[in-house]
Amino acid sequence: MNHSRSVRARGLAAVGVSAALLLAACGGGGGSGGNENPGAQSSQAGFNAGSTSVVNPSDKKGGTLKFANEGDWDTLDPGETYYAYSWNFARLYGRSLMMFKSAPGKEGNQLVPDLAEAPGQASDNAKTWTYKLRKGVKFDDGTEVTSADVKYAVLRSTDKQTFPNGPAYWDALLNLPSGYKGPYKSPNMNTDSAIETPDESTIVFHLKQPFAAFDYLGQQPDTMPVPKDKDTGAKYRNSIVSTGPYKFADLQPGKSFNLVRNDQWDPATDPNRKALPDRIEVSLNVNADDIDNRIISGDLDVAVTALGVQPAAQSRVLQDPTLKENADNPLGVRLWYTSINPTVPPLNNIECRKAVEYAMDRTSYQTAYGGQFAGGDLATTILPPSVPGYQAYDLYPDGQDHKGDLDAAKKSLEACGQPNGFQTNIAYRSERPKEKATAEAFQQALARVGIQLTLKPYPQGDYFAQYAGLPPYVVKNKLGLALNGWAADWPDGFGFLSQIVDSRVIRPAGGSSNMSVRIPEVDQMLDKALTELDTDKRNQDWGAIDKRVMEEAVIYPGVYSKSLLVRSKNATNIFVTDAYGEYDYLGLGAQK
Amino acid sequence: MFAYIVRRLLWSVVLLSVLSVVVFSIFYLIPLVGGATPETLAGRYVGRAATPETVHLTAERLGLLDPVPVQYWHWLKGVFVGAEYDYGSGVEHCPAPCLGYSFITKQPVWPELLDRAPVTISLVVGASLIWLIAGVSVGVISALRRGTVFDRGAMGVALAGVSLPIFFTGLIALAFFSYRLRITAPGGTFVPFSESPGRWAYSLLLPWITLAFLFAAQYARLTRAGMLETMTEDYIRTARAKGLPERTVILRHGLRGALTPVLTIFGLDVGLLLGGAVITEKTFSLNGLGKYAYDGIVSNDLPKILGVTLVAGFFVIIANLVVDLLYGVIDPRVRLE
Repeated sequence: MNHSRSVRARGLAAVGVSAALLLAACGGGGGSGGNENPGAQSSQAGFNAGSTSVVNPSDKKGGTLKFANEGDWDTLDPGETYYAYSWNFARLYGRSLMMFKSAPGKEGNQLVPDLAEAPGQASDNAKTWTYKLRKGVKFDDGTEVTSADVKYAVLRSTDKQTFPNGPAYWDALLNLPSGYKGPYKSPNMNTDSAIETPDESTIVFHLKQPFAAFDYLGQQPDTMPVPKDKDTGAKYRNSIVSTGPYKFADLQPGKSFNLVRNDQWDPATDPNRKALPDRIEVSLNVNADDIDNRIISGDLDVAVTALGVQPAAQSRVLQDPTLKENADNPLGVRLWYTSINPTVPPLNNIECRKAVEYAMDRTSYQTAYGGQFAGGDLATTILPPSVPGYQAYDLYPDGQDHKGDLDAAKKSLEACGQPNGFQTNIAYRSERPKEKATAEAFQQALARVGIQLTLKPYPQGDYFAQYAGLPPYVVKNKLGLALNGWAADWPDGFGFLSQIVDSRVIRPAGGSSNMSVRIPEVDQMLDKALTELDTDKRNQDWGAIDKRVMEEAVIYPGVYSKSLLVRSKNATNIFVTDAYGEYDYLGLGAQK
Repeated sequence: MFAYIVRRLLWSVVLLSVLSVVVFSIFYLIPLVGGATPETLAGRYVGRAATPETVHLTAERLGLLDPVPVQYWHWLKGVFVGAEYDYGSGVEHCPAPCLGYSFITKQPVWPELLDRAPVTISLVVGASLIWLIAGVSVGVISALRRGTVFDRGAMGVALAGVSLPIFFTGLIALAFFSYRLRITAPGGTFVPFSESPGRWAYSLLLPWITLAFLFAAQYARLTRAGMLETMTEDYIRTARAKGLPERTVILRHGLRGALTPVLTIFGLDVGLLLGGAVITEKTFSLNGLGKYAYDGIVSNDLPKILGVTLVAGFFVIIANLVVDLLYGVIDPRVRLE
C-alpha cells in the first residue's frame, strides 16, 4: 500500500518536474534577439560575430544598461582592483594615462593615449618615461586634473598594507627611495627619484631597470588620477572621484551601484569614448544561473565577469539556433596548462618530459575544461593567439586526432632510459573539478605508455605557497606534474610570460606561479626584450621565448580558454575586445 | 515565569560566548595546528602579485601575528567597547557592539548585519506564515479525509515539496513566473516594507512561496500524522460524547494536541532561517544574512561568518525560548507554575 502511494507520488513529482523544465525551456528562447533598432544587425550577425565585428552598431545616446556580477566586486578603487573585467569597466569612470582602444577583436589590443596626449616618450635606455597630459580633463567635482594627481594615484597604490590586492609592478620598477611606504605612512618623503611632475601637465617616471613596454603600465587603472584631499585610503572604493564620462551614484557595498553621467566630462578631451547610455546599473552577488536567465529573457544586459554562461544555460544556448545566433565564443587571454617539473626524477631528463608531451591526449584536456565552447581551443604554445607575439607552432605533434602520439612517446621513454615508463605524482587544486578531471585524463593517457600517475589534490588557498609552488615540497613529494593556469595582466608578451617563465620569480619559500621553468637563457631573453623599443621586434622576442621554453618540455599547454557569452537584446555596439577577451564595456550602448 | 525567562537569557549569553570561541577556533586555531602560519592565512587576502612583504604586512594588519587567544580577546573587547581600524589615510572607530571588520570589503560587520537583517526577517516572516497556515490546514484536512483523493493528492504534492531543493524550484519558478509570464518580480528584487508594503509583498512573493513550498510539505505531513493520532484519543471521544460540535472537537481539542510537535519544529525552523535562509537568498539574489554568510564562507571572510553565526545563534535561542513559553499556552500539561 505505502509502496504504491509512494510510487504514484513520485510519478506525480516527476510529471511536475518535467513540466516545469519544459516551461523553463520555453521561457527563454523567444524572439530573434528582440532587435527593434532599424540599424541593428544582430539577427543576421550569427554565432561569434561579436568576437571580430560590431554587432548592432548604433550611435544613439540614452537608455540604461544593466550589469550583474555573480560575486562582489574585488574593489572599485582603481588603485587596487585586479580583475580583467574590472579594468575593462573602470574605463567608464576613470581615465588612465593610456588605454586599450575601444574596438573589436585584435584592434582592441592597440594602446591609445587617454589622459596622456601621446604614448610615453622613452629616454635613458627605456628607464625614464615622460607623458604630457591633456588639458581640460576634470574630476567630477569640477577640479582640473594635474600631473600631481596622477603621481599621487600611482604612489598610493604602492602602499601594500592598505592595498594588498593590486598589481605590484610600480613597487618593483619605480626608483622609489629606500623605506618608502606610500603617501599615508611616508607623507614627507621626497619621491622625485621615482616620479617627477615638472609642471601641471607633465609627469616623468624613473625606473630602476629598462622597461620598453611601459605604456602597458600606463593603461593600468592605478594611473587614474586620485585627488589627495578626497582620498580615504581603503575606504576610497566607496567614494571614488570620477574622471570618465560616468560617476558613481547610490553605491551600496556588496549590493549594487549605479553610474550616471558625469557633467564635468568633456568629450572634446576624449577621443576614445562614445558614452552612449545615460545610466549603468550594476547588481552585485546575483545568482549566476539567474543572470543567464535574465540576459536570455532580456531583463539584463551584461554578465560583467564574462566567465561564460553556466552549464544549464550552456546547453540551452548551444541547442537553440536562435539563442546560439546571439552568442559569442571569444578566446580569453588565459592558458590552462600543466607544469612538468625538471627537479623531480626522472623528469630531470628532457626525454622523459617529452614522453609526457607526446603521450597526453589533448582532447581529454579540452573535455575536462568543458569542451570546445566552454573550455577552449587546443593549445600547443604558451602564448594564446590573442596575445601579440603569438606564433603558431607545435613541437610535439600528437596525431591528427590530437589523442597523443604513443610511438613518439615510447621512443622518448627509451631515450630517457625508462622504456617501461615510470611513476610520478600529479598535483591539482582539490576545489576545482576541472583540474581533477584533467589530472584523471593525464592518468589515463600516460598509462598507455607505462607512466603511472598518482593524483595529489591540495587546497587551492595554499596550492602555490605550501605545495605545488614550494620547490622543496615538490621534490620531496615527487610532484612531477602540477596543474596550472595563467591569465595575462595585459595582452603582451611580458604581461603573459614574465610571471610563469622567468626563473627569478621562483621563491625558495614558495608562492610563485612559475613551478617548472628554470632556463637561464630565457631569463636573458626576457631582459633583452624589455629593452627593445620597437614593438614588432619585441613581439618577435616574446614568440621566441615561448618556443624556447617549449623546447625544454617543462610546460604542457592544455587549452586556450574560451567562454560562451550571450548578447543582450537591449544593448547596441556589442563587440569583444581581445584586450580582455570580454565585451568592450566602453563601447556598449542601450536601446532603451 | 520572569525568573525563568531571565535564566534562559543568561544562558543564551553563555551559549553565544561558547559559539564564538568554537567558530574562532575553527578558523584561526585549527589551521595553525594543521601547520599553517599567519602568513599562509593572510595569503588568502592578498592578490596574486603579492610579495612576501605584502603578505606579512597583511598578516600584521589583520592581527594574525598575535597568539589566537589575544586575537580573540581583541575581538571580544571590540564587542563591548568598540574597536579602531586603520584604513590607510586615517583611523575609523567602530562603536560597540563591534563584531569586527570584513577582511575583504573593509566594512564593519555589525552595520552590514543590521542592513541585511530586514531582508531575511521579511523573507522568513512571510514564508513561515504561508507554510504554517497552508501546511497545517492541508494536514488537518488530509487527516480528516484520510484515504480520499484530496489526501493522496496533497501528500503527493507534499512529497514533491520535500524532495525538490529550493535552488531547483526557485530557478524554475523565476524562469517561468518572472521571465516568461512576468507576473512576479525578477531575482534580486527587494523593496523595504517601510517604503511600500504592497511592493514589499510583491517583491518577495515568489521567494515566500518557494520557501514555503518546501516547509509546508513537512508541516502538512507532520500535522496529518499528529491529527491522525490525536483524533483517536479518548478525550476526543469524550468531547464528541458530550455533544460538542465537530468543529470545536477538531480545532479546540484535536488540533491543539497535534500542534505541540509542529510548534517545536516551527521554532527551530524559524530560528535557523532568521540566521540566514542561505539557499533561498542565494537563489533569489536577496541580500540577506544568509547570502552575507555565504559570501563570507566563499571568501574566507571570518568576521562576516562570525557575525552571522552569532546572529543565527541568537535567533535560534530566542525562537526556542518563545516556543517553550508557547507550549504552556497550547498544552496545559507543560504549563509553568
